[in-house]
Amino acid sequence: MSSVVRRKQPQIGVEPKPGRLSTLFKEIAASKTYYLFLAPYAILFIIFTVVPVVMAVLLSFTYFNMLQPPQWVGMHNYVRLFLEDEIFLLAVKNTLVYASITGPVSYILCFVTAWLINELKPKVRAFLTLLFYAPSISGNAYVIWQVIFSGDSYGIINGFLMYWGFIDSPVQWLFDPDLIMPIVILVVLWMSLGTGFLVFVAGLQGLDQSLYEAGAIDGVRNRWQELWYLTLPQMRPYLMFGAIITITSSFTVAGEISTLVGFPSTDYAAHTIVQHLQDYGTIRFDMGYASAIAVILFFMMVVSQRVVQKLLNKVGE
Amino acid sequence: MSSRLGIRKRRLARSTGGDVVIMLFLLIGALFMVIPMILVISNAFKPLSELFLFPPRLIVRNPTLKNFHDLMVMMAQSWVPFGRYLLNSLVIVTFGTLGNVLFGSLAAYIVSIRKFPGSRIFMSMVVFSLMFSAEVTRIPNYVTIAFLGWIDSLKAIIIPRWSAPLGLYLVSRFIDGMINRSLIEAAEIDGASDLRIYWQIVMPNIKPAWLTMIILSFQELWRTQGGHYIYSEQLKTLPYALSQITQGGVARQGVQHAVTLIMMIIPIIVFVINQSKIVDTMGHSGMAN
Repeated sequence: MSSVVRRKQPQIGVEPKPGRLSTLFKEIAASKTYYLFLAPYAILFIIFTVVPVVMAVLLSFTYFNMLQPPQWVGMHNYVRLFLEDEIFLLAVKNTLVYASITGPVSYILCFVTAWLINELKPKVRAFLTLLFYAPSISGNAYVIWQVIFSGDSYGIINGFLMYWGFIDSPVQWLFDPDLIMPIVILVVLWMSLGTGFLVFVAGLQGLDQSLYEAGAIDGVRNRWQELWYLTLPQMRPYLMFGAIITITSSFTVAGEISTLVGFPSTDYAAHTIVQHLQDYGTIRFDMGYASAIAVILFFMMVVSQRVVQKLLNKVGE
Repeated sequence: MSSRLGIRKRRLARSTGGDVVIMLFLLIGALFMVIPMILVISNAFKPLSELFLFPPRLIVRNPTLKNFHDLMVMMAQSWVPFGRYLLNSLVIVTFGTLGNVLFGSLAAYIVSIRKFPGSRIFMSMVVFSLMFSAEVTRIPNYVTIAFLGWIDSLKAIIIPRWSAPLGLYLVSRFIDGMINRSLIEAAEIDGASDLRIYWQIVMPNIKPAWLTMIILSFQELWRTQGGHYIYSEQLKTLPYALSQITQGGVARQGVQHAVTLIMMIIPIIVFVINQSKIVDTMGHSGMAN
């Protein structure tokens, strides 16, 4: 596990030299204060995150129904997932569709919107930030889409379409397998200007302004060149953060789907990996199987994170 | 020309055509974002007759406070006083966020600025943990919390929150992006300890980072219903109590819309206050880079 975080600047402090155990011990002894800083967080992190994750990975090789002690079954859960569980494969397909559409689109939207409003006057900028960020902060306000796409004639869209005579009977927006997915994608995009967006807005404002003046002298001609050669390279730390946020949220779309189109959705048309995981973890009490799903999802995200990191390294070159 | 469109004249000259396209893009985006929100607000003030109207209306015609009044009546009839639910939520949000920001930023400072055995592995673990589904770590966590004797106490929600990985990662990114290493070297030459560098140099300069962290933490904790750890009614949270009220079918449709508005408006208010602080910092310090 090499570091995910690309370091631009050289680190201050001791450089660990691999090899001798005694040097390692000396370094650890010399870093005592550092471990004190880390300790409050690290202890809780190990107890409440690291240990549970390790246990979940181990559980993925067992049959565990939460009543009897886990039984070791080796790779059986993984074999079952890929060879016997058609709905899981459907969920993988759906998740990849969601992730490959909502992921890049929302990431680019987050950055472009943040970049555009960064040029505005502070008051206008603050107002627009609020406007764009509000949907993702406002709890479960997305249930309003249920009213908008409601399948009876009181639904906003059905109501207007019928009133104006485009259709003569209500459309079952949320139950038609062909329509479910696009609607869920629309709602997910509506909520997608979240943490990543906020971090981009804050990051853009903290950029070194003197670089832009220097850039103008060096022959940066228009805003696109300025973006590519000056802004993006400076934004690198935040770009990676935004990417991780986008990956984790676009691969784990679940709650919105269950609320909007029901669980499970018609013909599992909108079923995702996390919904499948919840199905086995909280309804069927097959914790070993659910853990195996979580492990696979984890690897899918790690792979896409690696790909995105490779792409981001090319920025500004 | 461009200043008339609200764009600050700074840096390079901008083409007017580009400005118009940008304004159009922002306008369409803003409309898409805001129309559903208007509907949320409008619905909370609609009488039941208007909620089921054909053709439906976006904006309420005869606004009424009846939905909120009904909500008040139901709150007053509640077996546990509503102030108690609110207090529980406030305790969770305040202490959860405080610990998260303090511990997270301390750890983020040390792993971003210093290099020591284990610092890189630690950072990778934090980032990777963001990608592991919380659903399957529920059982081990339940066992741990039961072992610690925290079941049915607010501690079960507050203390694990102190090690939430997202905030740490966020602060470490801002330290990378905003803190000039020469600033720290200068402080070291003056003999400043790590604690002083953290508190007097790094934290004031990355104000946007921890203000954003506060928002994230608030947002997450505000939604907490008590989960699997809290059974006593008097320890449940406000979102839990409000969600119970709305479980009443068509008759409570109006109240449900009022609740949605309340649940939406509070994080927005907190965000606005918080955001004004971010704008302040930017204006005054201009970032000490």
